[in-house]
Amino acid sequence: MQSIIEIKKLFYRYEKDAVLEDINLTIPDGSFLAIVGPNGSGKSTLLKLILGLLKPQKGDIFLFGQEINKFRDWQKVGYVSQKANSFNTGFPATVFEVVASGLTKKLGMFTFFKKEHAQKVFEALEAVDMKMFSNRNIGELSGGQQQRVFIARALVSEPNLLILDEPTVGVDAENVNSFYRMLGDLNKSRGITLLLVTHDIGTISDKVSHVACLNKHLHFHGETEEFEQLRMEGMSEVYGHDVHMLAHHHEHGGVVK
Amino acid sequence: MIAGIFHYEFLQNAFLTGIMIGILAPLLGVFIVVRRLSLIADALSHVTLAGIAASLLIERKFTMMAGLNPLYLGMVFSVGGSLFIEKLRGVYKHYQELAIPIIMSGGIGLGVIFISLANGFNTDLFSYLFGSVSAVSRTDLLVIFIISILVILVIILLYKELFLLSFDEEHAKASGIAAKSIHFIFIVMVALVIAASMRIVGILLVSSLMTLPVAASMRIARGFKQTIFLSVLFGEVSVLGGLFTAYYLDLAPGGTIVMIAVLILVISIFYKKLILKKEVQQGERA
Repeated sequence: MQSIIEIKKLFYRYEKDAVLEDINLTIPDGSFLAIVGPNGSGKSTLLKLILGLLKPQKGDIFLFGQEINKFRDWQKVGYVSQKANSFNTGFPATVFEVVASGLTKKLGMFTFFKKEHAQKVFEALEAVDMKMFSNRNIGELSGGQQQRVFIARALVSEPNLLILDEPTVGVDAENVNSFYRMLGDLNKSRGITLLLVTHDIGTISDKVSHVACLNKHLHFHGETEEFEQLRMEGMSEVYGHDVHMLAHHHEHGGVVK
Repeated sequence: MIAGIFHYEFLQNAFLTGIMIGILAPLLGVFIVVRRLSLIADALSHVTLAGIAASLLIERKFTMMAGLNPLYLGMVFSVGGSLFIEKLRGVYKHYQELAIPIIMSGGIGLGVIFISLANGFNTDLFSYLFGSVSAVSRTDLLVIFIISILVILVIILLYKELFLLSFDEEHAKASGIAAKSIHFIFIVMVALVIAASMRIVGILLVSSLMTLPVAASMRIARGFKQTIFLSVLFGEVSVLGGLFTAYYLDLAPGGTIVMIAVLILVISIFYKKLILKKEVQQGERA
C-alpha cells in the first residue's frame, strides 16, 4: 500500500525549546489516524510541518512519495484549521461562496468560476449534509454547521488527504457523534485518508482506525483496538511494551489524559 | 445642473470622475473593511497630503515646474506610504496596527512642513482637503480613468484570491496562494484609488467613502458579491447626490458626500432592525 505521509527522524525546536524530537511516522493510504496529545505536545507544529508552513530543521517529510520541499500538488491536501483562530464570524459571505473559495488553488490564477464548479460545490455540501444552507451567510450558522462548511471547502478540490486540527472545538456535545460519523463515511465511501489532531482522547477511540500519541516524541502508533487495550491496562503501560512502540524515551510518561 | 453638465467642462469632469470614484472606493473598501484594515485608508490619505504639499512647494519655488499636477506626487507618496506600512507591519508583528499611526502622523508632519514652507494655506489647499466641484481638470479625469480600468481589471482577475485572502489568510497561505504578492498588489491599488479620490471627496474624507458604504451594505447584504454590489450602489448614490447638493448649495463636496453616506448607513441599520423584528413576529406566529 502506498504511504500518503512518511516522516523520518524529524526534529523541530522553537529557539531553545525542543518541540518535536525524533518523529517517525508512516500514514498509509486510506487510513483514519488521530494524533492525540496534551496542549503543547507539538501537535500543531507537526501539522504545520506537514502542511509546509514550517520547514523541518532536521529529518525528512514525504508527501505522496515526494520530498516536501519539492511537493507541488497541494490540491491533493485538504486542510481544516481550528476554526476559532482564523475565521471572522461577521464575514459577509454565503456558505456557497465559502465552499467555492476552496477551489481557488485548483483553478489557478486568472481563471473564472464556471457552472461545472458550482456543481462541485453542491456535491461537497451534500457530502457534509449542508446543501440546504448554501445561500445562508456563514455567520448565521452554529459552530458545528460552520465546521461542516469548512470541511466541504476542503473537499471541493477533491483531496486525497484531509487534515483536521481539533475539528470538534466549537461543536456541541450532542452533535459530535454525528460529526465523526460523517468523517467516517468520507473515509470509507470516498477513500479519503484522514488525519486529525485532538487533545480529547475520550470521544475519539471508537471512531478512528489508528491512533498516534504525541508528546515531543511519538509514544505509540498503532490500531485503535490495540491502543484501547493498552489504555485499559493503564496508560503508563502504553510506553512500557515493545509492541508497535516507536519511541524509546520512557521518562515522558503520562501523555494522554 | 443637469443642463450645466452639457455646458461646463468642469462639471463634466467632476461628474465623470465622481462616477468612477463611486465605484472604485467602495469596491476596494469591501476588501479593506472585511480585513479590518479600515484605518490604512486614513493613514494613506494623510501621506497623500504630504505629496500634494510637496508638489505645491515645488511649484512655488521652481517656476519651471509650474503646472505640475499635484495628483502625480500625491500618488507617489501614497504608494510609497503603502510600502512603508507593509514594512512596519513586518517589524511590529504583534502590534500590526502600530504601523498606521506611525505613517499617519509622519504624513501629517511632513505635509505641514511643506505647506508652511510654501506659505500655502490657501483655497487651493482647501479644495484638496475637502474636495471640490470645480477643481477636476481633464488631465485628472484621464489619470483617474486609467486608474479605474487598472483597478477593476485587477479585482476581476484576482477576485478568487482576494476573497480567500480576506476570508481566511491562514488557509490561503496553507493552500499555496501567493499571499504576499497579492496583498502587495492590493495595497498599491488602495494607494492609487486614495490619490485619485481626493480631488472629489478631499483627503480628509477619502477613507469614509471606502468604509461607510461598506458598513451600510454589510448590514443588509447576503453574501460577498451582494455586499460589493450594494457598497458600490451606496457609494455611487453618495457621490452623485453629494456633488449635486454641493453644486447647488455652494458647499465643499467632501462634506455633502460623506453626510449622504452617513444617512444611508443610518437607514440601513434601521432597515435591518425592522427586518429582524418582522422575522421574530413571523416566528412567533409560526
